[in-house]
This record gives sequence, C-alpha cells and structure tokens, in this order.
Amino acid sequence: MRPFTYERATDARAAVAAVSRPGAKFISGGTNLLDLMKLEIERPDHLVDISRLPLAAIEDPPDGGLRIGAQAVNSQVAADARVRTGYPVLAEALVAGASGQLRNMASVGGNLLQRTRCPYFYDTGAGCNKRAPGSGCDAIGGVNRTHAILGASDSCIATHPSDMAVAMTALEARIELLGADRSVRTVAVGDFYRLPGDTPHIETVLRPDEMITAVVLPPPPPGGQLYRKVRDRASYEFAVVSVAAVVSTDEGTSTGGGPGTIADARVVFGGVAHKPWRSFAAEDSLRDRPATMTTYRAAAEAALADAVGRGGNDFKIELARRTLCRTLAEAAEAAGDAQRRGGRSGRDEGDHGTR
Amino acid sequence: MLSGGAGDPAGTRATMARAEESPLIGQPLNRVDGPLKVTGRATYAYEQWEAGPPLYGFILGATIGRGRITRIDTARAERLPGVRLVMTHHNAPPQGTRDESTFLEFPRAFTALANPEIHFHGEPVALAVATTFEQARAAAGLIDVTYAVGPGRYDFAARLDHARTPKKMKIGLAADTAVGDFDAGFDAADVTIDQHYTTPFCSAQPMEPHACLAVPRGEDLIVHTGIQIVDMARTSIAGTLRMDERRIHVVSPYIGGGFGSKLRVHYETILAAIAARVLDRPVKIALTRQQTFPLVGMRPTSHQRVRLGSGRDGRLVAIAHDVTMSTNPDVEYAEQTGVTTRSLYAAPHRATSHRLTALDLPRGEDVRAPGHAPGLMAVEAAMDELAHELSMDPVELRIRNEPELDPERGVPFSDRHLVDCLREGERRFGWKRRPMKPATLREGRRLIGYGVAAAIRPHPQWATRVRVRLEADGTAVVQSDMTDMGTGTYTTLTQVAADGLGLPPERVRVELGRSEFPVSGGSGASWGAGNSSTAVHRACAALRDELLAAACGDTRSPLYGRDPATAVLADGGVRAGGVSVPLGEIVGLVRPGGEGLAAEGGTRPMAEEPNYAAYSINTYGAHFAEVGVDADTGEIRLRRMLGVFSAGRVLNAKTARSQLLGGMIWGLGMALEEAVAVDVRSGALVNRDLAQYLVPVHADVPEIDAVILEGFDEKANPLGVKGLGELGICGAGAAVGNAVFNATGVRVRDFPITLEKLLPGLPPQE
Repeated sequence: MRPFTYERATDARAAVAAVSRPGAKFISGGTNLLDLMKLEIERPDHLVDISRLPLAAIEDPPDGGLRIGAQAVNSQVAADARVRTGYPVLAEALVAGASGQLRNMASVGGNLLQRTRCPYFYDTGAGCNKRAPGSGCDAIGGVNRTHAILGASDSCIATHPSDMAVAMTALEARIELLGADRSVRTVAVGDFYRLPGDTPHIETVLRPDEMITAVVLPPPPPGGQLYRKVRDRASYEFAVVSVAAVVSTDEGTSTGGGPGTIADARVVFGGVAHKPWRSFAAEDSLRDRPATMTTYRAAAEAALADAVGRGGNDFKIELARRTLCRTLAEAAEAAGDAQRRGGRSGRDEGDHGTR
Repeated sequence: MLSGGAGDPAGTRATMARAEESPLIGQPLNRVDGPLKVTGRATYAYEQWEAGPPLYGFILGATIGRGRITRIDTARAERLPGVRLVMTHHNAPPQGTRDESTFLEFPRAFTALANPEIHFHGEPVALAVATTFEQARAAAGLIDVTYAVGPGRYDFAARLDHARTPKKMKIGLAADTAVGDFDAGFDAADVTIDQHYTTPFCSAQPMEPHACLAVPRGEDLIVHTGIQIVDMARTSIAGTLRMDERRIHVVSPYIGGGFGSKLRVHYETILAAIAARVLDRPVKIALTRQQTFPLVGMRPTSHQRVRLGSGRDGRLVAIAHDVTMSTNPDVEYAEQTGVTTRSLYAAPHRATSHRLTALDLPRGEDVRAPGHAPGLMAVEAAMDELAHELSMDPVELRIRNEPELDPERGVPFSDRHLVDCLREGERRFGWKRRPMKPATLREGRRLIGYGVAAAIRPHPQWATRVRVRLEADGTAVVQSDMTDMGTGTYTTLTQVAADGLGLPPERVRVELGRSEFPVSGGSGASWGAGNSSTAVHRACAALRDELLAAACGDTRSPLYGRDPATAVLADGGVRAGGVSVPLGEIVGLVRPGGEGLAAEGGTRPMAEEPNYAAYSINTYGAHFAEVGVDADTGEIRLRRMLGVFSAGRVLNAKTARSQLLGGMIWGLGMALEEAVAVDVRSGALVNRDLAQYLVPVHADVPEIDAVILEGFDEKANPLGVKGLGELGICGAGAAVGNAVFNATGVRVRDFPITLEKLLPGLPPQE
C-alpha cells in the first residue's frame, strides 16, 4: 500500500470540496477500495471518509417510493421492512451479494461503484486497459470464463460485479448526485454505467467531483419480483450470471385457469456485461404473451441475440437463457400468487438470510 | 465418535484391556494449545520479535514465464529512504547446489537469485530490504527489470505427447509396475471401461502464509519459520547458505497449516536467511497470498487413463492406471498418482505407469495426500462407471473386488477394513435410497444423486526421536523437533505421555518445533502421529522400567522389596500393593541432583522395520455423498457427506475427526471448485487469491460427519496407531463426482466439475 493522507468529512459539501483535489478519493466501507489499494491497483494520495456523513437514512418521500441514503450499509437496507415487502428483489440481491461481515461494512454508494473482479485487472503485471489505459486486454484470448458476453469491446470484456445494482436497475432507481458546485442532479441507474468502448477505465457518468448521496426507488412496481444468482459456490462468490426480474400478469379469463398473460416485465442480467444489462428486447417480447416456457424462451433468445462468447465464457450465453427462463417462470408464478392475495410477492421470507 | 464396526469378542476384550492401561489415548481431549491460540499468545513465525526491530524484506517476482534477465536496475530502489539492501543475481552470495541423491527432497538446497535465468512466472528476481514493510515493498516496485523472453511451455494438453519416464520417482517407488498380462486380461474381459480423467493444478494454501524471521547471532543463525520438518529445513538452509548445520537453529512451535507446502523451506526463508547474514540484522519476510501461489509449489495437473476389465459378475480381471503429469523441467517432481491402484482392488492382470511432461511452470510439490488424492479421483470414478455399466451397486462392486493379499506385492495386509468402512457407511448413510438409474430422483428443481468412493492411503514410518524427562516435582516434559501444524500433536503427545507415566494431562508439558530437540520426521505423509506417539510411548516405557526398578529396589523407597512386576505408574505416583509413592520422590532417589530423570524413545525408517516388508500397511475409508444439482443452471450443491474410516487406533477422537472432516471438505473442493488457472500464453497463474481460487465455504458444507471404526493395527507399531491426516481427502472428491453422475446422468471426467460441464446434459426446461 502506498502512503496516503486521510480526512473524515464533516458534511456533504465539505466532502465534495475535499475530493476535488487531484488524487483524492472517497472511502466509505472500504470493502473493495482497501483491497485494491493493498494491491496497488488503486493508488489514491488522499482519502475522504464519507462513511459517517448523515446519509444513512432510509426515508419515505412524499410521492411514494423509498429514498435510501448512500451511506446506508447493505445489511441495513436488506433488513428494512419496507425494502423486504415492497422491493424484495433488492433485498434478495443484497443478501446474495456478500457475506454478513461485508454487508455490515459496505455502503449503498460504494456498492454501486465497486470495480470488476477480472483477474487481469487484479494482476498489475498483466495488460488491462481498465487499470492501465493503453496496456491492452489480456482477458481477451486468456482465461475469461467469468467475462462479459454482452456490450463488451475489444478494449475490455470485464463485468460489473454488483448484485445490488442489477436489482436497482430492474426497480428503475435513480441515483442522486451532489456536485462541488452544490448542484444536485439525478441519473437513472440505467444511464449511470457506461459500456467499456475504448475507455473502459471510465465506468460511470459520475463526475470526478460528484458524490452519490442517495438512491431513490420509485413506488414498487406491480407483480412479482425475483433475484436469481448463479454462482460456483454457495456463498462468497460473484455471479456467473444473475437475473433480476419483475413480472406482472393478467389472470387467464377462462374458468379453467390456464396460463395467465404477461402484462409487463422487466429483465436485467448481472455478470454478463460491463454494467447491469437490461434487455428491452426481452421485455417487449414478453408483453401480452402467455406466461409459458415458450414465451420465456423467446424472450431469452431476444435477450441474448447479440451475445458474443470469448471462449471460456461461451457457456454463459446458454446459462443466461436458462436462468432467465426459470426466473421469469417463478416471477410470473409469484405475480399470480400475489394477485390472488392482492399484494406483491417475491420468494418466501424464510428464504432470506441463508445466502 | 468411536464406534465398533465388525464386532469380535476377542477384539473387544483387547480393547477393554487397552482402555484400562491407557485411559487417555483415544479420548476427545481438547487441544492443550487451544487457549494460547484463541487468545493470540501462540506466536507464529511472522509475529516473532527477537533481538529488536527487524528489517523487512519484500520479494519481486518475474513477470515472464521463461527467459532471462538482460538488465536489472536497482538505483531508484536503493535511493528510497529506509532501504538497506536490494539483492539481485548480481550481488546474491554464492549458494550450495541441490543434491538430488538424498532420499527425500526436503533437505536439499534451495537457491534463490542465483542467476539471471527465469524458470517460471513469479520466480523471485530481486529482494528489497528496508526498515519498514512499506518501504521494502515500494522499493521492490521501483526495480526496473528488462527480460529476454524465451519460448515457454505452458499448455499441458498440448504437451501430453512429449511425456517421458521420470528420472526418479518419489521415495524410491517404481514408475511402472506390471503383474500378469494386462493386455491379454483386458482384451478377454466381458466388460471394459477405458476412460481418461484430468485433474488441475492445485495449491495447498494454508491459512498462515509462508513467513520467516532470520536472526543472526554471531556465527549462528536463528530461523523462525513455519515448517513441517524442522531438521530437514535446517539441512536445506545449511546446504544453501554453505553453513555448518549446527550453527542453524530452526524454531517452529506453531504452524498455521502446511498441507505439504511447508515440508521444505522456500524463498522467504532462504532469502531472509541470506539477507540477515549479509546485513547482520534480523530480517523478516512474508509471502503475500498472491505470491504463495507460484512460490511454494503446487500439485501438478494430471491426465489419467484408467482401464478396468471385469466379468459380468463384476470381478476385475484387469486394471491399469497410466498417469501423465506435468513437471518443472529443472526440478523434477513425479507425484505417485498411479500408486493409488497398486493395493486397492484384486485383479490378476494389472499395470501402472507414470510419465512426466515438462512445463515451465512453478515446481510441483506435495499437496495433501500426494498421489492418492488425484489418483482416487480417477480410479474411483472409473469404478463407478463400471458399476453403472454392470447395473451393479457400486458398494457391492467394490466389496466383490476386495483382495486377500496386497495384489501387487503378494504380502498380507496388516489390518484392512475397507469392507467394514463400506458396510458401516452404507448403513449409516441410508445408501439403499440411492436410485440405481441416474437422473431419476428429483426434489423440485433439484436433481438428487448419491455417490460412493473408497479411500486408501499408506501408513509410512520415518525415524523419530523424542526425549521425555520427569522433573523432580513429578511433572513430565516431552521434547522433540516434531511439529504441530494445527493437527493436534501437542495434545496427542500429552495423552500418550500421560498414559505412559500414569500422570494427569495437566502435569505433562510438550515442547515441539526446535532444532535443539531430538530429531523427528516431522509432520508429513501422515507419519507424524504414528512416529511421535510411538517414540513417546517407548521413552515412557523406558522411564517406567527405571522408576519401578528404583521404587522397588532402592532401600530408601517406601516400596522397597516389592516385585516391580506388580507395581504400576498411576495417579502421579508409583503404586504397589495398595501403597503409592509420588513420582517426584522416586525421581529424587534416582537423580538426587534435581535434574530429573530423562529417557529417549524412537522409531526407525520403515525400510528398517520388518513389518513393512512383510505386510501392506495402509489406512482405509469409504465416502458417501449426496448432491443436489439445479436442473436449470447445473449448480451443484452438496447436501450431506459421510466418511467412515479405519486407521488403526485413534489417539484423539476430536483432533482425528477434525483432520478427516477437513480432508473431506477439501475433497469436495477438488470435485467441484478447485483449480489453479494457467494463462497458457504467458505461464502466469491467473487466480492468485482466495476470492478467485475457490475452495468450499461454510455454506457449501451443510451436513458432514466422519466416523472412525475402532481398531488397533499391531503390525504398525506398539500403540496400534496409524496416520490419518491425509486419509480424509482420499476418495472424497470421487464420491461427490459420482453423486453428480447419479443425479444428472452426465459423467464429467475433467475435474473440477463446474456447472458449464453439466449444462449440455441438463434436461430441457418446462
């Protein structure tokens, strides 16, 4: 680790002012940044600690929805009753996202900004355009089992590691940003992340002097919500592929029941791209179609139509399709159940906490 | 925990008699060093603080896989504040060379920074030593190295055709063996299996990364390091630094796991020792977790062809196990993977072979249960394939091929209970619920499968000496350079000594891991417990004879005149005819100077023990696993696992069970998760940390148990004890892999079984 100076910000504006000096970086839970500093992948000269700023509240805005302070820790959000009942996909993603110890430290803002786990990004001896622009991408043609199949470029095939951000994309959350000039702007999480292009080191639209102050969730969408994370071991591992789905259905009108119809759906993948990957093509193909495996398969084909494997990750294309199909089926089922009960539903409550 | 398998009255009587003589052996005594460890008072190598503040060294590794250093510029590094030394091949002192004639690898010299050649990615090219760790690391980062990159061989699959017979197998084993006429037997068999299996590079990764504090003291050098075999480390350091062995003092009381990676010294120890001598200051070096991947050896990758020929009744007529593994070309390492099948199943026609193909990758070294761990992955999968082919229960197939004599050597087994392990496990696990037809048992979205595999591991013996001294206050001190790497040596030797001297355990103190103590074989090859407990038992027997003779023969003794044959050591005293005299009193009679009474005990290498020639001495086990496979994604999760083991008599039911559970969990990792990924373009190891090199986490292991059959192998040693440190991993992975087949009907022969290998064979989604 390189020498650096440290200050604890006293208020949000001071924090933004402090981070505008060259070489300065925010630190909150440090669950990713400190690791990267020890490996000298991140080399800040100055750290501005924002973890103690009064930005940890989870509030009910007057127009509905939920406003989650950027310094709320992941465990706090996952346990919040409003999140668990109104936004179960988010609670599930958070619980699947890290061990209890990490969730107790990691902030919402920091989770959004965590860096890729590409092994070549981690190896300072390897070529990586994200870590060292212009040094090439050793993952292309290398060991790339975990890498992107959608939206990648010849400069970078890394994936974004966050589970939480995938769920937030499905919930159409907006990110609230405070600038050094005291300006406040909000950006939809779907517009927050950038594809790698030829500048993979620039990962978001966040300006150097901006700070995330909150994530605002609109009122809960109708229907069933599910987060499904596929991984190589039961805990402490990033997604090979994940899916966040929000599905609402219209019950079949015939007396015999039969499959209902998909009224609306949101489909977002994790682990497949440089950002949470929302598939509008899949959503379009689902709308007003019967809630059957044939419909889901068509949506999966549409979602992965442009997918490109790089050798080691070829399997992720079919894995993503299969994971999407099953998640949609279960989310539609949850939607039907909820409709019958007159509420929203994801998985059973008892399923939380064990992952 | 101890539970009888096959009940025989004579054996039970013998067991009861032994329980009376040795009430502590076998008991689940808590670790005597446990309180020290959980309160942070057990001092590990890197935490040692001797002779004032040390200097810190940081190793810089090569960023090419093969080639040579054409230029190395240390000027910027040397100018950094606090930097005391930057060592490269230009200024490293001359070192001794590796003497390949020794029986074992571990005492051989281990050179560092000896020349500009690069043999593998990550090989040390420089050492920076500074006042602080941060300065040393920063200095290492300022060293400019220019390389001439040479053509490297990194791709195992592409180099299989270049395999050659090893110059020398480990520990005197034969590379190839043959009994009968394999080809004829195989060709004539009713049913045959001929399959290839591959296992990846694996890394030992103990929790304590490799570290050393070297302290010069005059002409002497104190070396604090976590090491499994203290004496061989001393020889290796002396040979490398060209020092008199007696001037080197190795200190290794606590070791945070080794699993083979601390059998010998590596770069951190040699470079700390060299730098300490050059600077005449204490120097401390720890490898980073990332550095431990290339720098302490790894289990080579293997390609194993297994051929089984049997009758319709499942009786094997032919078995062949042909193994090709990788080796670093400069330091040949031939893992004994094919040895696995030599004593396992009966078959009149048999063959094994070992071949090596050279890869310019980090050297191969022992990783837990070398040979048998990867070997059983293949042969026990092949047995499962044969059972499937025959529509036979795989437990019955194994029992049907139980040999009467060691099938290669033709000698009797000392004490073989593989069938008992299989039967006991079958009963406890509820094996009868296993579906004979794969991919037929489902629970919701999960495909459920059961798997079984056998375990075998030789029980070796090596020379070990211990000293037991009875103090004037009647307490006992056990001393040996034997080690405890978390295995429980402190505790088990406490139990053996307490029983041997009739003392309560709190009046026994065990001191380990110092080269001043009597020399042992250390911990490795599952021989530590057998060697050291036998040696302690013998030392105590010698003390007992002397004490009883003195108690009954010394006129000043209250027991004078009694028959020593009726006297016993019990409850901290010598007792005869209802009269008990405290031990300290008798010790005082024999050694009036207060220096206590000492005796040594020992074991000989197995080559000098007639029983090792006359018998095949092994440990056995049977693993049972149940897995659930997600029918949509192919994710495999263990549901439960049981191992039943036979390893003679157990010294401590708790530490033995812990060892076995750890091995079983590792086997689960070998089956599903563990693999060092090599970038075949550069020779770099890609996944060099524990976030990327996957091993099982708690959530992967929902229900697991290890059961040890009661036993006593009288051919092994007088305590009837056999080593079981490596037994738990043997066969465990194969049981999991076989369960995956039973669940899915997909046979994956390329380990680990990751989900993409199952994906094409999963049922269509409905």
